[in-house]
Amino acid sequence: MRVTFTANGKPVEADDVWEGESLLYVLRERVGLPGSKNACEQGECGSCTVYLDGTPVCSCLVAAGQVQGREVRTVEGLTDENGELGLVQQAFIDAGAVQCGFCTPGLLVQTDALLDNDAQPSDTDIREALSGNLCRCTGYEKIMDAVRLASARKCAKAASE
Amino acid sequence: MSTRTIQGQKNLQDIRQASKDGIGGSPLRPDGTLKVKGEFAYSSDMWHEDMLWGMALRSPHPRANILSVDISEALKLPGVYAVLTHDDIPGSKFYGLEIQDQPALAIDKVRYHGEAIAIVAADHPETARRAVKKIKVEYEVLTPIVTEEQCLDPEVHGYVHEPHEFKSHGYGNICHSQKLVHGGGVTDEIRALADVIVKSDYEVGMQDQAFLGPESGLAVPAEDGGIDLYVATQWLHVDRQQMAPVLGLPEEKVRLTLAGVGGAFGGREDLSMQIHASLLAQRTGKPVKIVYARDESFFGHVHRHPARMTYEHGATRDGKLVFADARIVLDGGAYASASPAVVGNAASLGHGPYNIPNVRMEAIALYSNNPSCGAMRGFGAVQAAFAYESQMDKLAAELGMDPVELRQLNAMSEGDSMPTGQVIDSPAPVAELLQRVKDMPLPPPLDLENIDVRTLPGALSNTSHGEGIVRGIGYSVGIKNVGFSEGFDDYSTARVRLEVIGGEPVAMVHTAMAEVGQGGVTVHAQIARTELGVEQVTIHPANTEVGSAGSTSASRQTYMTGGAVKLAAEAVKQAVIEKGRRRYGWTQTDLTLAGGKVVSESQGALIPLVDLLGDEAIDLTREHHHRPTVPFDKETGQGFGHVQYTFCANRAVVDVDVELGLVKVVELTAAQDVGKALNPLSVIGQIQGGCTQALGLAVMEEIIVRDGKVRNASFTDYLIPTILDTPPIPVDILELPDPNAPYGLRGVGEAPTVSATPCIVAAIRQATGKALNRIPVRPEHITGTL
Repeated sequence: MRVTFTANGKPVEADDVWEGESLLYVLRERVGLPGSKNACEQGECGSCTVYLDGTPVCSCLVAAGQVQGREVRTVEGLTDENGELGLVQQAFIDAGAVQCGFCTPGLLVQTDALLDNDAQPSDTDIREALSGNLCRCTGYEKIMDAVRLASARKCAKAASE
Repeated sequence: MSTRTIQGQKNLQDIRQASKDGIGGSPLRPDGTLKVKGEFAYSSDMWHEDMLWGMALRSPHPRANILSVDISEALKLPGVYAVLTHDDIPGSKFYGLEIQDQPALAIDKVRYHGEAIAIVAADHPETARRAVKKIKVEYEVLTPIVTEEQCLDPEVHGYVHEPHEFKSHGYGNICHSQKLVHGGGVTDEIRALADVIVKSDYEVGMQDQAFLGPESGLAVPAEDGGIDLYVATQWLHVDRQQMAPVLGLPEEKVRLTLAGVGGAFGGREDLSMQIHASLLAQRTGKPVKIVYARDESFFGHVHRHPARMTYEHGATRDGKLVFADARIVLDGGAYASASPAVVGNAASLGHGPYNIPNVRMEAIALYSNNPSCGAMRGFGAVQAAFAYESQMDKLAAELGMDPVELRQLNAMSEGDSMPTGQVIDSPAPVAELLQRVKDMPLPPPLDLENIDVRTLPGALSNTSHGEGIVRGIGYSVGIKNVGFSEGFDDYSTARVRLEVIGGEPVAMVHTAMAEVGQGGVTVHAQIARTELGVEQVTIHPANTEVGSAGSTSASRQTYMTGGAVKLAAEAVKQAVIEKGRRRYGWTQTDLTLAGGKVVSESQGALIPLVDLLGDEAIDLTREHHHRPTVPFDKETGQGFGHVQYTFCANRAVVDVDVELGLVKVVELTAAQDVGKALNPLSVIGQIQGGCTQALGLAVMEEIIVRDGKVRNASFTDYLIPTILDTPPIPVDILELPDPNAPYGLRGVGEAPTVSATPCIVAAIRQATGKALNRIPVRPEHITGTL
């Protein structure tokens, strides 16, 4: 089947999609957006998290056909059109929250969604919001630091605007 | 000291300060931007036009004879390009890290659940999956050999490998054994010297590395008949060394390039898909990509050895250790992998960082029909640390002593001897590290009136409101070796090039080091900046075009490849200075490079590198070998076997719901001596990550194997700590230089994984009063409903 949808603001189409293919597979192998990662493909690790019509989802659990005509935003879409890093992306780098980085794309999308809903989450709120994203390298401390840093920068930016 | 000299030094300091991204600083990762943009190419992101997908058929049985394999139906499926069995292997059919006992594809029998029997290449992963299902295998299913008792009685239960198959075997189903005797050993006379004796059996379950990036890569057939492989691994050259004979190719025709690695932790030391993808590429003439699904990843790599251990310690009434006796049985599973080296570590490090006048130890690894076990972070030191630290707590309780004081009383320090007879010839601040974690402030006490229930054990499940919660505190310390031991000529190679690009002096560092997330690439750039006094450093992709870097394991890469980068950069520095001497006749003996210039320590800048180098590039390669070690004597365990030791101490604070059996680690504190923190941000990240894997082993992580079959090969059922399970991990770093190591550094990555598990269990014991001699601790162990 042919699937057409919007990926990071641009229309895309994929042909000869097998009915069982996931959105993750279509993004990674057909559309040329490999940023979303394939760690468990079972909805357990969060590495493949993308926005689907503005809601974060595990793209491995979404059948490709389900995205027909819908809007997808991936980690690649967190960078602006000039290639400038988003606030959450920069905070993860600055805090040392990226080690192997395989969990990073999913965490970035989930954190972006968290801070969109609540720019100043408590530590427990952060832990709850990110509990579906496994990281095996960092011990999560620097991820906490990164989210706090992104939150502070977001609040400072809002205050200055 | 003349005024001029002082001015010169100040000038030099100013220039050096400009390079704040040298060693001791925390510059950001060179690959960080790509990683947060989603543009970093991991091995599973490899893509080639016209590529095929490879997949393996894996055994559902842990032990069976293969009566027949029929691939005809699979080959008929449209889109299938090749189906291969061991009959199609052009070269040697076996490989292995230490013992070549593992068939690339099963021959006549399978020895573990998940062993690869046949491989398929097809145009779509789903086609490959369907083809795999169409391969018909007839088995004669045999009773698997899975318990220690079965393994040690081969006349009754059989051999995992027939005795004639591999000469290197010990006897029966024992893959490797190591004994150790120190002082008077352990005899009745020596036992009689102790006022108090404690003895227990301990058990450690099978832990998995559970790196997030699945085993994957792309094999591309080359015009010269060779293979170009882009792969996630820990050691490119040892992969090649094992692959080439199987592919029937000379090593130079097997070229490996490191693709992005999504974590490793030892699980990528052995081959996984490398040979399979390459065989399929050879056969089809097309690029072949293999990406393991998560369940296949659990079958496709070795795990941490599960262990059964017996420990006995004797001490005087005032707490001085008199003797220690131990037997460690590691289940190595079907193939040897790194089992011999793991046994060596277990035996030599298995009595911990303590001075014990009389010691006995026997460590063995078994062959069984359980999943193969090999390298995982902590490598043979983890299992023993759980046992000896549990013993220290038990002994302290018997003596009525504070458990930290008992440890400090017996702690080894510089100048003491290991039970192997090796004198510790660099700082060993065991007592101080314990004191540091003890002195760190405790988290606020449990306040059930004002608590957010999400922070309680069971967290979001809202399972209780704190009725059955008890808090406990535990301590631990551990020892780990750095680098490869027992006479292995462990070395690394680095190539450093200095040239002018775009009007700037730029250094390039080329090594075969596998960057698996640990941050070696950052540190290499820091070393090059420090030694060459330049800002711009590029890191060449890691590949087999340069000499071996050895493995990214054993906490060795900053020591070994970092050391090689230092040597190569120093050589480049000397070559640059010599060039200047020849041209300008400099006679100063205090020349160095700093701030992009050749600098005299006393006189300041002499010439910019840009002017001195012009169009010439200086490109030099150096190897770094660590000091030699020797194998342990097989019977006595004596010998200078390890290159360097590293120590970490921990404190855990836990809340336990004693009714539900649930544990929440409230805080996990670490203090570690790192010799020199080349990049403090990365060092802390490594320690926190290592502590978290230890937390996983303490309370949740285990591959459940029953009758040789893996029951939880998924992230649904194999639990690794989430951000909710992981507490704040304050880290205190000590920097006592090791005179034998580059910059005085000490390997960092593994020590916390060795040491942090026991303190969590100790804290749960304190809260519950339960013995808890098995990890991971499960709810039923706490509630007593097992």
